[in-house]
Amino acid sequence: MPLQTPPLRGLHDEYGAKFTEFGGWDMPVEFESIRTEHAAVREGVGIFDVSHMGQLHVTGPDATELMQRLTSNDVSRLAVGDSQYATITDEDGIIIDDTVVYRLPDGDGNATDDADGDPTYLFVPNAGTDEATHQRWIDYRNEWDLEATVDNRTDEYAMFAVQGPEAVALVDDVTEESVADLERFEARYATIEGVDCWTARTGYTGEDGVELIVPWAAAEEIWTAFDCQPCGLGARDTLRIEAGLLLAGQDFHHDDDPRTPYEAGIGFTVALETEFVGRDALAEIHERGVEERLVGFQLIDRGVPRHGYDITNSEGRVIGTVTSGTMSPTVEQPIGLGYVPVEYAEPGTTLQVVVRGQSKKARVETTPFIDTV
Amino acid sequence: MSFDVPDDRRYLESHEWALETDGVVRVGISDFAQDELGDVVFVELPDEGDDLAQEAEFGVVESIKAVSDLYAPVGGEVVAINDDLFDAPELVNEDPFGEGWMLEIEPDDPDALEALLTADEYEAQIA
Repeated sequence: MPLQTPPLRGLHDEYGAKFTEFGGWDMPVEFESIRTEHAAVREGVGIFDVSHMGQLHVTGPDATELMQRLTSNDVSRLAVGDSQYATITDEDGIIIDDTVVYRLPDGDGNATDDADGDPTYLFVPNAGTDEATHQRWIDYRNEWDLEATVDNRTDEYAMFAVQGPEAVALVDDVTEESVADLERFEARYATIEGVDCWTARTGYTGEDGVELIVPWAAAEEIWTAFDCQPCGLGARDTLRIEAGLLLAGQDFHHDDDPRTPYEAGIGFTVALETEFVGRDALAEIHERGVEERLVGFQLIDRGVPRHGYDITNSEGRVIGTVTSGTMSPTVEQPIGLGYVPVEYAEPGTTLQVVVRGQSKKARVETTPFIDTV
Repeated sequence: MSFDVPDDRRYLESHEWALETDGVVRVGISDFAQDELGDVVFVELPDEGDDLAQEAEFGVVESIKAVSDLYAPVGGEVVAINDDLFDAPELVNEDPFGEGWMLEIEPDDPDALEALLTADEYEAQIA
């Protein structure tokens, strides 16, 4: 299958970026160097092209109910311009995907005027999952006989993340209207180069920042309006690992590494007082408690933990697997995430990670590994 | 993008270089290889005194995004390793043909280098 290309593939190539396949997309992985880009975001500001993220648009009289019943968080709490982190779970409470749900202005972006006053949502599933998620929404809407329109608009929107301690000030300079007053997880339209951009104070780096969802056709004007370090998926990965944030498909995978939000350490996305697919199973697990949990760890010995490496206890018995790992550019230590039985999950617990057949000493750490917003 | 390929040394297709001085062969990775890897964060090397066969794996270089095996351009005994790389692996990026060297081998066969790629041949490979 040919890779999908983001609207600015050519521009990034001209810049000299290196590319990688991610979720079926051909995305820039590195513009300068991961270390340089990582530091720009921790200390100043950087911009990421994250147009591989999906965009699904849901509107109609029953849009809120449909969203509520298919995501784990409490959608009814979202006023226009609010957003929330949520998971999409199956009947057993296993995470299929994680996402951010934005509530757009009522009726916004409708193909016809019929739905003008209806609640409207945009949510952002992970790269390559938009089609399956779209189908899931359609199937359940039909099964439950709800009145809502579900559109896959992944190919209509580019998405950029401007991240770092100086990000909000930079975005505020670039937008016509001020956006500096946005609270975390608040969003609204702001004008850049005459174009309406959905501007949200969200991100995936552990820093303050803004994510912009912009029309595909205007991507270049908007990208070039930001005079700051372009950053690739490489730095995005090191930044999110330091922040202890999960990567779908790697820190959980519906088939290969099935996990509930409680195991993954994101129980805060589960609103048990709401009705959603997976709710009953999760209520039971919540009651009973989990057997394994995602922990952060630091290698004490030299080495770099990587996805798939075994975690053992100090006697050498395999008790878990590394799901993500890197040499942290900020704390300059090898760090990682992985699932272990809860009796090994206490910070300070000594573990070992098997790197190319050699056991390396590791210690469970609290996440995030850095101070975050 | 163009990369340095000094013509005072020989190369392997797997991007290691070999430079002979007074019967000892110094080994590292090329400018092209360090650029492909990106920020090098970890280097694993053999011990002094280890014997290596030609083209045997002698260690590992890891960048933030990738893990890459290292291969011996010539067979022989390891007579020195660059232990500066343990604390400063970034030397591999900063000076791949100089300060970023990895080890020195006393070759079993003093002519073994002749069979490796010349700078021109290696440059053609990475072009």
